[in-house]
Parts: sequence; structure tokens; C-alpha cells
Amino acid sequence: MPARRIRFDEEDRFGAFLWKRDEAPTGEGRLSGIPVAVKDNISTRGIPTTCGSRILEGYIPPYDAFVVDRLIAEGAAVVGKTNMDEFGMGTTTENSAYGPTRNPHDEGRVPGGSSGGSAAAIASGMVRMALGTDTGGSIRCPAAFCGIVGLKPTYGRVSRYGLVAYANSLEQIGPMGRTVADVSLLMEAISGYDARDSTAADRAYLHTPQQEIRGLRVGVPEEFFGSGVDPAVAALVWKAIERLEECGAEIITCTMPSMAYALAAYYVTCMSEASSNLARFDGVRYGPPCDVRSSWHDAFQERRKDGFGPEVRRRILLGTFALSSGYYGRYYAKAQAARANVRADFARLFADVDVLAGPTMPTIAFRFSEKSDPLSMYLSDILTVPANLAGVPAISVPCGTVRGMPVGLQITGRHFEDERVVDTAYVYEQVAA
Amino acid sequence: MTSCGPVPAAGTQGSARSIPDVVIIGLEIHCQLATASKLFCGCSTDYREDEPNTHVCPVCLGLPGSMPRLNKRAVEFALRVAKALDCEVLEESEFSRKNYFYPDLNKAYQITQYDKPLASGGTLTTEGDEGEKEVRITRIHLEEDPGRLVHVGGSDRPRYSLVDYNRAGIPLIEIVTEPDLRSPKEARRFLNKLRATLEYLGVFDSEKEGSLRVDANISLLGSERVEIKNISSYKGVEKALTFEITRQKGLLRRGQTVGRETRHFVEARGVTTSSRSKEQEHDYRYFPEPDLRPVRVRSWVDGIVLPELPDARRARFMAQYGCSPGHARTLTGDLRLAEFYEKVAGADPIIAATWTADTLLGELNYRDMGIGAVLPVHFIELLAMLRDKTITDKSGIEVLREMLDAVKEKRPQEAPATIVERLNLRVVRAGSSGTGEKEIPDDQNPLITAIRDVIAEQPKAVEDYRSGKKEAFNFLVGQVMRKTRGRVDPAELQRALAAALPEGEV
Repeated sequence: MPARRIRFDEEDRFGAFLWKRDEAPTGEGRLSGIPVAVKDNISTRGIPTTCGSRILEGYIPPYDAFVVDRLIAEGAAVVGKTNMDEFGMGTTTENSAYGPTRNPHDEGRVPGGSSGGSAAAIASGMVRMALGTDTGGSIRCPAAFCGIVGLKPTYGRVSRYGLVAYANSLEQIGPMGRTVADVSLLMEAISGYDARDSTAADRAYLHTPQQEIRGLRVGVPEEFFGSGVDPAVAALVWKAIERLEECGAEIITCTMPSMAYALAAYYVTCMSEASSNLARFDGVRYGPPCDVRSSWHDAFQERRKDGFGPEVRRRILLGTFALSSGYYGRYYAKAQAARANVRADFARLFADVDVLAGPTMPTIAFRFSEKSDPLSMYLSDILTVPANLAGVPAISVPCGTVRGMPVGLQITGRHFEDERVVDTAYVYEQVAA
Repeated sequence: MTSCGPVPAAGTQGSARSIPDVVIIGLEIHCQLATASKLFCGCSTDYREDEPNTHVCPVCLGLPGSMPRLNKRAVEFALRVAKALDCEVLEESEFSRKNYFYPDLNKAYQITQYDKPLASGGTLTTEGDEGEKEVRITRIHLEEDPGRLVHVGGSDRPRYSLVDYNRAGIPLIEIVTEPDLRSPKEARRFLNKLRATLEYLGVFDSEKEGSLRVDANISLLGSERVEIKNISSYKGVEKALTFEITRQKGLLRRGQTVGRETRHFVEARGVTTSSRSKEQEHDYRYFPEPDLRPVRVRSWVDGIVLPELPDARRARFMAQYGCSPGHARTLTGDLRLAEFYEKVAGADPIIAATWTADTLLGELNYRDMGIGAVLPVHFIELLAMLRDKTITDKSGIEVLREMLDAVKEKRPQEAPATIVERLNLRVVRAGSSGTGEKEIPDDQNPLITAIRDVIAEQPKAVEDYRSGKKEAFNFLVGQVMRKTRGRVDPAELQRALAAALPEGEV
């Protein structure tokens, strides 16, 4: 039987794609005939995979990531690769070597990041769903900024095989879509056991969103509404939480003291892992050829200096420092201790409540270059990184607009309770509609 | 004293500077485990005969997005070693990344074990300079082999280098000893014992090129420690250490001190050279490998049934075959040799032991050949002829050399009996003497004719013998031996010669 093909001639008005095709094969399955976009740090056989970096220009993987295998097996039409902050390092998609993606709600603003291309592709109506990856909020932040739904699954629920690693111990591939139902459907397609990822669990996600949340205990840590949160955003999110209460949920305020160290623990961990993961890009195997007349040592230094953007260089340098002998104990080891505290905090809270709720991002989408100081950019990740540090599932669902820009409600759940997180978001989505 | 040496301070007695005699050696041994597939992927480990970069996949190429998956068999192999060396297997061990840049290192880090190795604390009994000694094992861990660089245009000043990743990801076991060895010879004997043990365990094949690499730490008592890297042969270890002792003693003798450093062994020249200055020393930035889970395999150890190991086999060879301690040690010091011996021990274990451990091994070493070159069935045939005195020991050696040379020169292999016939080496006898052999007429019997000829050619010696000079008889024996090219049994020759000589006053 000849493979069916679907047309995909959407105009890419917001710079969402790094690579796309006009026509894509589709097959039988739960995603039959649905155009799906894939973030460019997910390996696609025969299709360039650059991670938004110059250093991977021209790299064409000889194999498909597990999730891409699954998409194809479910009949999806993989129509293109989406733009991103270089190697996932950013909150705006401004750090792509191939230019930024613009927010479909306001072209003067960023779409969020690092999965900004995927979010913009959905928000602009080009595709119904897309894959993103989330190391410290990279699915949820652009979902919130672009007014779509994005789920960071429980760590280990989706195989990372084929995802170009930025920070292995934190990141997950996850579904993004216009609706909770679409996100749930895509999650069904990409979950499942894969022996090639030793950190993956054999816990397939097979679930249709349920309308019922009566008796659900929703915790609201006061730190989620801390000083950096825009009051208008806070008010909107509180209103959303009240809607959950109206649907039968019980709202319980609580505290999460480990939030004070979460950001530091997150950045030390992800930079350390990144410094090691990105070391393989030395000009021998990837990217434009090196000058073979110079010594290998000189050539690879030159290649790394030119090939990486400033944010990537910054994180590699800081990560290298954090792992150095004499500093390891003060940084990397301490970050792991703080991480254990975050985990313990979640465990304590989840003994009393079923999910936690709060804003996904402290503010609405930034204007371009608004966060030119790296530290202020890092601070905006404060609400999303705890879920990555603990490995718990978290979803962002749109809950209205502030000054015309979308705001996301974040629901976080227990390990392997992605279904409950999806249901809570689904109930909110239904009642808000 | 060399001219560049410092002048001894006034009051010291000439050059009587005390150079310590105590040498302290510890080894780090890397062995490739003989698994069928690589440590973190399914690629075949049987790469030596094949083109570069043909045994590779996304994982062992370190392609972006690929992830390691631990080979269970490699863990089992390492646990066998841990059990055989009496090590304690850790309740939880973990893999770490060792980060450094080198073109043969595809991910720019090696997945190895750092502060939580698979096993720690053990011993291996070895033949020390003063009898048996226990060498303590510090730790055992698993790691992946890097790829290999091929330097085009010679390794000294290559025009360019190519990378072959066939070797990348081959499982290695690293065994670290405490500084318990006291001489280069002891170090080499320890290595031989370790090799034998690993081969008995079925986890290592020493005949594969590059399957063993050793780093050695050596210091003279009271001096700094020097690490010698990259020794890739058993002989090399002894050579490198011997060189290093001479070098270090030379420094001390000249009043200099031994600096703590890493040196490289240059096998071709038999010397060590300084390889890194302090500033270039690596900071490997170890941290736990996030793509692998902690390894909890202590409970597997109970299920491991160890095979008979070299010491047990040595004791059995002495008890079962009556081997001398020396022969038993030699024969069990190598798995293939021990197995060969057991196949050929058959009718006469003592002759078999002597001929295997002394004669055969010597001839093989001389030709740089392994025991695999000899068909046991041929060797059994040879031993039977020796036992039955169908051929003399001297002829036996000749037959053996013929056999080995044929293999070496890739000629068709003949059975020993065929060689004996072709070279006419069958022992010649003076008469049937009840052996049941066909009577040969005297004028066709080479021994009798040789004796007649010698008596005719050496009237002076015959006369001396007659007049009672015992040395004359030995001279005549030698002459007959020469004529028969050693094919006669010496006792028989003496009997026949005495009978043929005219009566004397003996």
C-alpha cells in the first residue's frame, strides 16, 4: 500500500520552524493525518537536527529518536523541526543561532522558551500538536506565553533516547497542543517502555481525560506567589484556582521552603551536565570542517569558540567550573543536596494534597531583549524548575490574559500521576470555556 | 661521578650516598572483557580483522541523543573476577563520567566508575621473590574503552591522524592493586597469575592484541611516586619498571630528587619519557553518569559458581598426575597449556609433563608460537613413541621441531609417525631381543654396520680399550652415535658395542 501523504503548505509567519516540508507521509494510527512538529533537539533520521546551534549545522542523524518512531508508528505526519534556544538554553527562543521565533499573540514579544518554535507553531494554527522538551520549564513556559497546553511528564515516563542531551537528569520530552485532550492524546502516543533509556520506567500513559475532580486536594504554596510574580498574573491564577474549588476541589494553602534554593540547585546541575554533554562537539565529527593544518587542540578550541553562542559558552564555562576539583563539593555536591530537599518538600506536600497549583510563569511574555541580563532571565524560571528537580509531572494550561497576553495555570502532581495532572487541567479548561 | 652532579658536601664520605633498595610498586591493570557485545550497546566486540568504523552504532559513536545501556554480561564477568579475587561487591555502585578532550574519545568523556566502584578490597596470591605472597587488590571497576587513533606517516611526526571507533565501548575491567609488589619480576609474575586467573574465569582472552594495558606506580622507599602509563605487554611491564628503577636510582645517586610525575613507556626503545607537565595535568571533573542507574548487584555474587582456578589446578596436577611442583606451576600458569596437558597426559603423565612444560614450551617460545599450534593428537603420538622408546629423546626433539616449523611455514602438517619414517628416526636395535620386532639381518642393521665401521676406522681407540682405557669406550660410543645420528638407544648401543669389541682386560 503506497504511503498516504498530506499537504503542509502553511506559511511560517512567526519563524517557528528551522526545517519544514510541504508534504509529509502519514499512516494508520491514533495520530493518522495529524501534522505534528518536532523540536529540533529530537533526532530525526535523514532530517537535519541542529538544536538551534551552528555547531550542529549540517548534522543529519542516522536514526530516529524513540518518540519519533512512536509518532510514525501512530500515523502522525512529521512536518518539520521547530526553533529553539540553542541546546535548550534559554527562556525566550532568542538564543537560537538561526534567529528568534515571534509570539503569535504579539510579534514584539518572545514566545517563551526553549520550545518556543513548537508553541508558536501551535498557537499560530500551523499544527495541532508538537513535541517539546522541558529541562527547567521549556515546555510549560512557551505554552503559558503562547496560550496553549504543555505537559512535562514524570521523569522516566517518556524515553529520552534520541533527545540531544542538555541536562540528562532534569529533562523530559513532552506533548504540546491546543487543548488538554490533544496533549493527552500525544502523550499516549509517545509514552511506553524503551530499553535504550535506562532511566525510563515501564509505565505507559493510557488515559482519556476525565471531567471529575470532586474531593481533589489542591495545594497552593505561598512561594508560588512570591515577590517576582506580576500581581495581575497572580490575581488571574488565583481566580483560576477558585474555579477548581467551584468544581469540587479543596484548596489548601501551604509552604515550600526549598524554593529558596531551587533555582541555584537547578542552574548548577544543568550547567554541570551541559558542560559534559556538549564537550563532544569538537569539530571532529559535527559541524563545518576544522582547519586540518592546525593542531587538533587549536582546531577544536577554535571550533567551539565559533560554534557555540554566548549563552551556551557561559553555561559550559560555569558548569566546568562547578565540576572542577576543589569546587565540586561547594557547587555540584551542594546542588544535589538542595535537590534532595526539593524532592523531600514535594513528598511532604504530596502526603497532604493531590496536586499543587500556581502560575506557570511569574509574568506575561517578555518583549524582545527585555531580559538581556542573564540573571533576570534565570529568575523567571523559578516556578517551573522545582518540578524538574523532583522529576514530578507538571502541566501548563491557559487561564486568561493579562494586557492581551496569555497566562498559564500550572498544575504539578505526584510521580507517575500525569493522569491526575491532565484531568485537573482538563476540568479547568472545560469550565473556563 | 658525572661532571654535572653536585659536589658532595664537605665531610660526607665521597659518593657513599645511600640509595634505598626497597622498591614499591602498585599496578592498575585494564583488561578487555571477552563479552560478545560492547559495554553500552549491541555492537560486536570482534573487530580486529575488520575495516575501521564498521562495528559502530549511534551509542558507541557517541552520537547526540544516544544513551548507554549497561551490558548485563559484562557486569557478570566483572563479578566473577571480584569473587575470584575475594573482593567485596558494593551494595550500590555507580558509573561516573571522566571528562577530557581527545579525538579518540567520542563523547569527550569516558563512562567509568569513580568513587563507587563495583567491588573493593581483595587479594591474589602470587609467586613473590621470597615465596608465595598475597597481593592486596584495592578495587575493581568497569569502564568503556575509547576508540583508537591511527597516525598516518609514523607516530613520531604523523602527517595526520585517523580515528577508528571499532574499539570504542569495548568493556574494560580495571583492577587496582595496593603497592605490595617489590620488584619488576614480582610485578610480571603477578600479572601472569592475574592473566591466568582471568582466563580460567572465561572472561578474558590474552591472545587478542591490545587486550591488556597496564599503568604502574613505582617509587623507591622515601622518594616520590612516578606513574608509568600505557604499558601494553607483560614483558613491557618488567622492562618499564626496571628502566625506571635505574633512572630513579641514577637521579638519587647524582643528588637529585625524583619528582612526582606521569611518564610514558616507549615500548620500542624500552624507556620511559616524561609525558605531562604539572600545568597540563587533567582535572577530569568526575560526576555521576545521569543516563545510568546505580548498579545493585551484590546478590548476584551468590549465584556465581567459580571454575577451578590456577592454584587448585596446580594442586590437582601434583596429586593426580604426580607432576613436580615446578611443572605443575608452569602447566597451570596458562589455561590453554593446562588444558593441553590434560589432553595429552594420558598414558604417561610424567613424560607428558616434562615434554610439555620443558621441551614443547621452549620450542614454542623460541618460535613465538602459542600452544594452539600443536594438535594434541599429534603430541600424544609423539609421547607414545618416546614412552615406547621407538625414538630417542634427541629424535623426539627433531620431530617436534619439524612439526612446529611446518605450522610456522604454513606447510601441511604431518603426523609424528610419518615424520619419523620420512627422516628415518626409528631407533635401531642390535637384535630382536624379544621385542617381537622383525629380525633384521646384521648386514642391513644400521647399528651393527655402524659399529663394524667404527671398529674398522678406529684401531687406535679399539686398542686403547683393549688395554683397559675406559675413556676409549666412551669415545667409540660417540663415534657410533654420530654415524647413527642419535637414532639408537644409548643403553642398547653400549651393549651392542661391548659385545662387538674384542675381549679386553676390563
